[in-house]
Amino acid sequence: MTMDHRYHHLDTVRSALSLIIEPIRHVVNLPFSLVGNVSKNLSSRSTLLSNNEELRVKNLLLQAQLQKYAALQSENMRLRELLDSSFKVGDKVLIAELIRVDLDPFTRRIVINKGSNDDLFAGQPLLDADGIIGQVVQVSPFSSTAMLITDPSHAIPIQLNSTGQRAIATGTGRPGEIELLHIPSNTRLEKNELLVSSGLGGRFPAGYPVARVIRTLKHPGKPYLEVIAKPTAHLQRSREVLVVWPSTGPQPEPIAGGK
Amino acid sequence: MPRHHQGGWIIITSFIIAILLTMLPLPEWAQTSRPEWVTLVLIYWCMALPARVSIGWGWIAGLMLDVTLGNLLGLHALTMAIVAFLTIKLYQRIRVYPPGQQALAILVLVAMSQLLILWILGIIGTTPDSWTYWLPSLSSAIIWPWLFVVMRGVRRHFRVT
Repeated sequence: MTMDHRYHHLDTVRSALSLIIEPIRHVVNLPFSLVGNVSKNLSSRSTLLSNNEELRVKNLLLQAQLQKYAALQSENMRLRELLDSSFKVGDKVLIAELIRVDLDPFTRRIVINKGSNDDLFAGQPLLDADGIIGQVVQVSPFSSTAMLITDPSHAIPIQLNSTGQRAIATGTGRPGEIELLHIPSNTRLEKNELLVSSGLGGRFPAGYPVARVIRTLKHPGKPYLEVIAKPTAHLQRSREVLVVWPSTGPQPEPIAGGK
Repeated sequence: MPRHHQGGWIIITSFIIAILLTMLPLPEWAQTSRPEWVTLVLIYWCMALPARVSIGWGWIAGLMLDVTLGNLLGLHALTMAIVAFLTIKLYQRIRVYPPGQQALAILVLVAMSQLLILWILGIIGTTPDSWTYWLPSLSSAIIWPWLFVVMRGVRRHFRVT
């Protein structure tokens, strides 16, 4: 146990053993994927048509925004080149699906259906459409385990979007809540303030939304504020997640546990 | 001369079903009170066939459970081995208890395994902070009489010795 906790020598043993568990996971997942397929096949023509229409409109809007974004991006890159900065926009991504299995209820972890065969590595960030979900902690050939940002042993470097003040956000173990550490009690924090990833530590890409502040508590005897925030990503609901290969700077050493 | 064993695949299948039940997605409110299926199945086999299923089986089943749950490797392996050891020590007494008293003994065994896990989690610094941590021992004790009847039926039907 000490070997696993401190030195991570047993990662190969773990991934070999998880190959045995793999079929059981798929058996558990089977009814859910079957129900999903059936309901997909049975959805009526009119819903499909209206969905299609809706998506077309949305696509048009997004395309229009994207044109502006492309122009801004090239302008940004040009300015950064002028400043001689090594920042690069554009990360490689892959879409992975969640496998519906429950893990230990007091940790916040998920299993996804991509593994080392798709070049995933431990320490890789996971996103969904609305923000950062967590990071990969264990990789086996066909699936991997990821830790959500609400897991009590997870911490992510963040930045207040308005002032740029940096902080660390750790999970609480409760669904939908993370906590900011060491915020001085004279900090002005509005409700709904957006927290974005700061990119410090090199593990998470910078500038992605992480959470919104939902309440702050001032304890008169303590030097720090208690700040609770709600992740912007839909940690409990998303079926698909984006696995990102960050392109900024050197890759960090892969360390399971995310301490 | 050693007795002829049969039905080993039934024991393995029962452990696989227990792991399957452990992984089965439940609604949020029911997740914390999920019975410790693998521990219960292990205790049953240790009671029924103490000469066959004992500490080694407990260790392997615990290791598989660790991989399943994504815990520290060896956490459940250690506690399951200890549970198997205690059951082997106590099986002659537990076997003759009436079902209610048996369930109480199971409550103590499962709670003890949870306490061991809590200690180890405390050492590595990720302690669960809610009293709902202890619900599995209660639900395991409640489900035990039914599980016992089902497992006894399976054992007699397939003549596992």
